[in-house]
Amino acid sequence: MTLSRNARLLLAAVTGLVLLVIYLPLGLVLVNSFNTSTSFTWPPSGFTTKWWDAAWHSAGARDALALSLEVAAFATVISLVLGTMAALALQRYRFFGRDAVSLLIILPIALPGIVTGIALQNAFTKILGISLSFWTIVIAHATFCIVTVFNNAVARLRRVGGNLEEASMDLGAGTFTTFRLVTFPMLRSALLAGGLLSFALSFDEIIVTTFTAGAGSQTLPLWIFENMFRPNQAPVVNVVAAALIVLSIVPIWLAQRLSVDDEGLPTAAP
Amino acid sequence: MEQGAAGRSTPGGTLHRHPRLRLGLLLGPPMLWLGVAYLTALGALFLTAFWTTNSFTGDIEKVWNLDNFRQLWEIGVYKTVAFRTLAIAVSVTVVDAVIAFPIALFMAKIASRRWQRILVIAVLMPLWASYLVKAYAWRAMFSATGPVHWLLDPFGISSPGYGLTATVVTLAYLWLPYMILPMYAGLERVPNSLLEASADLGARPGTTLRRVILPILTPAVFAGSIFTFSLTLGDYITVKIVGGANQMLGNVVYDNSGAAGNLPFAAAVATIPVVIMLVYLAVVRRTGALDEL
Repeated sequence: MTLSRNARLLLAAVTGLVLLVIYLPLGLVLVNSFNTSTSFTWPPSGFTTKWWDAAWHSAGARDALALSLEVAAFATVISLVLGTMAALALQRYRFFGRDAVSLLIILPIALPGIVTGIALQNAFTKILGISLSFWTIVIAHATFCIVTVFNNAVARLRRVGGNLEEASMDLGAGTFTTFRLVTFPMLRSALLAGGLLSFALSFDEIIVTTFTAGAGSQTLPLWIFENMFRPNQAPVVNVVAAALIVLSIVPIWLAQRLSVDDEGLPTAAP
Repeated sequence: MEQGAAGRSTPGGTLHRHPRLRLGLLLGPPMLWLGVAYLTALGALFLTAFWTTNSFTGDIEKVWNLDNFRQLWEIGVYKTVAFRTLAIAVSVTVVDAVIAFPIALFMAKIASRRWQRILVIAVLMPLWASYLVKAYAWRAMFSATGPVHWLLDPFGISSPGYGLTATVVTLAYLWLPYMILPMYAGLERVPNSLLEASADLGARPGTTLRRVILPILTPAVFAGSIFTFSLTLGDYITVKIVGGANQMLGNVVYDNSGAAGNLPFAAAVATIPVVIMLVYLAVVRRTGALDEL
């Protein structure tokens, strides 16, 4: 754009400043995890690794982490299946109520989490009469994770069009063969990206989880939130937070790897 | 075709010949999950809003009435909480839009290809960091002996501490990437030739900004605002972490559905953000924002 040099510099400066503010709080958590002060006085009063040691040996944090990973894995598998089906239906067929269906898929993330949370809690405990457990968390998470897979798959299907599938059908491949050999390979990297997002979304979720978790099922966010206000647990919570910040680089790295072969069109037809 | 792999008696063959059946099977499971299970749960919740909780037994009495909504309207504190929540949501959205615009403009139109990639990752990375961790980080920032205090104290300004300011800052921080990304995508689609044409026709950069870029960007801003708005309206965790004693609508819902055991009233309160969001979505739909999601 034809902006003056000064305007460009100003924009660059603003961008830099905002990025600084974005990373400052995250950096603070990392620094505080080595801070000897339990009330996190700034500047730090000294360096210690004992909080990391304490967090590593915290059984509560470990159990919560394991549970969160399991929930996220199950929720992701369900949303991969349902999201792909919905994407294929909406992108490859024209039918009455198509707009309503796409709105319905967005609804669980468009509505405030607390609404989805109490609605599902009420449905589980009062209508169906089942007690809250591990599986009620999975069901609740899958409900709002479907949209991430759906969005990625729809975008990919729209981009590649239906010609290859039609060609496959014309050449005599059946519905399942076409899906296995043509549609699925085209979708693969989009599904990976959608699945990754869905996993992260589930792993991180707290509001819906609060309402749908059974008594013995504490996910990591629930554990963090419960222990955050306990002064003697504060350093351990801070270490867990710091570890999560470091871990959040993993999906970024994976997503970058995925977008490199983003043109995941079938290159080698078997 | 008839002799193809899609033979007569195989399931694949049957599907091949009946596209409507194919569609039904594809659409069935997701619709059972979302259309039947989820919508029923939502519907049941909002029906409950028209029932009452017996204050002695704590049981829900299925008698149709509008008492919950009347209470909501007549007891001043709920109106205050509702307007406070709405004001926070508007503030967060405006703050995010104002901050996101220069960054999105820089990323889309000024930065080199290489920097564009780096900046997109830099903006995305905190999105992957946990929501709770980010709210927690701001709790540390605003703590009585924390960096905000340390930074402002020499200037004689006292740190706002935990309260509504901290809530708006934290929520704006949390949802910022949701605003930057659609704006960036929207700006990237504006061809440079269009901006050059505007300049060639004598428009100053300010005029180009106002009359060319902003109108094109409007749907993207609304798309981003769906997230900032909806996520703020339902939030009760952040305000608990950095908001001091302040309450938002989410806290009222949470307290009534949990400890107080008054689900009908909680459901009635929960209708407020839903109605606001539905109205907002209906308005925003006209701008084409939903296609930008």
